[in-house]
Amino acid sequence: MFKRFALWPVVAGIAFGVVAPLLVVFGNPGNMGVCAACFLRDISGALGFHSAAVVQYIRPEIIGLIVGAFISSLFLGDFRPRAGSSPLARFFLGIFAMIGALVFLGCPWRMWLRLSAGDFSAIAGIAGLVVGILIGVFFLKKGFSLGRNRPTSKAVGYLMPLLAVVLFGLLLWGMNGENTPIKFSLKGPGSMHASVLISLIAGLFLGAIFQKSRFCMIAAVRDTVLLKETHILQGVLALIVTAFVVNLALGLFHPGFTGQPIAHNDTLWNFLGMALSGIALTLAGGCPGRQLILSGEGDTDAGVLVMGLIVGAGIAHNFGLASSPAGITANAPVAVFVGLAFCILLGIMAKEKRV
Amino acid sequence: MKTIDVRGLSCPAPVLEVKNVIDSGAKEIKVISDCGASTENIQRFAQNAGFTIAMKKLDDDTTEFILTK
Repeated sequence: MFKRFALWPVVAGIAFGVVAPLLVVFGNPGNMGVCAACFLRDISGALGFHSAAVVQYIRPEIIGLIVGAFISSLFLGDFRPRAGSSPLARFFLGIFAMIGALVFLGCPWRMWLRLSAGDFSAIAGIAGLVVGILIGVFFLKKGFSLGRNRPTSKAVGYLMPLLAVVLFGLLLWGMNGENTPIKFSLKGPGSMHASVLISLIAGLFLGAIFQKSRFCMIAAVRDTVLLKETHILQGVLALIVTAFVVNLALGLFHPGFTGQPIAHNDTLWNFLGMALSGIALTLAGGCPGRQLILSGEGDTDAGVLVMGLIVGAGIAHNFGLASSPAGITANAPVAVFVGLAFCILLGIMAKEKRV
Repeated sequence: MKTIDVRGLSCPAPVLEVKNVIDSGAKEIKVISDCGASTENIQRFAQNAGFTIAMKKLDDDTTEFILTK
């Protein structure tokens, strides 16, 4: 099964396993050194798309991930502006992937970070993610496709990296200006962050290495099941082991099911939240982090999915769907079931003829 | 020789198409692909399936693989 050693994914896993816990030491929220879902949610809040006052901050890690992937793809000849593979369907997949992630409280990256810091409530999420991916793989085998993209102009491909730069400008404006429309949390997870420079450098570094390695939490499981190919899975295993060792060394490893930072121990909804994310992201072709990287490489459909994630965060908080350490909300089950129904119907109905 | 065009398909569709053709028993396959992750995936998958790969760059964005067993 592990026929060939997957150098770059393992390098990416080790890099992530070292950098993420370090960012917690530098000030990021507990078990949340880097989280694509949580951090996009914070950005959504900072821009006023939701008004949950405790989760508002323009996370430089996200900016760095996109720009790092952009620069790396330019150097490696991987920058290819492309568009047109069912963007609206991807937008909705992004919305539901975010809702599922916020019911669980984390993207697949953070799921592994939570586990490696001893948060055993993540195990239900892992099971949910795997089941979600298996359902997605079932649809892929049946011929599910969102259709082909086409090359588009360079200017269009630059839009996401440009948006990242604009976000950085807004971050500086929010930090230094008076009475700006940018909202920053004064308490709660949104107020906890490493310094801008450290966060940005970490994001740039990870963005470049994830671009080179194609690191993806969905592909890790999907390719193992679908293709008997453990290339990316090796990277995820490296991440889990490295993050565990680093958390242990830094004194951040606290085993248990309860009292974990920014997490709840509702097994059923941890499972179903991640299952929803798992299906949505398998249909979309990659985890939220991977979508950020792709959007930096010129894949504007991935950029549309990222927009869906940001809007999904707004919906999740405005409609009271996002969980808190106290548990899930009253409205969350309905949203999760609507999301599952959407993904399953799309999985059945969206097809392209195969050879 | 069987020819498949996987340009513009997002992962894992390109490698899945190649797998389907390999599973159907084809010994000679021409794959037209654009660069990026799918190109690497196709090469890796074909190698693992015991194919030899001849690669030709058609232009900046298009690569042609001839897979033979």
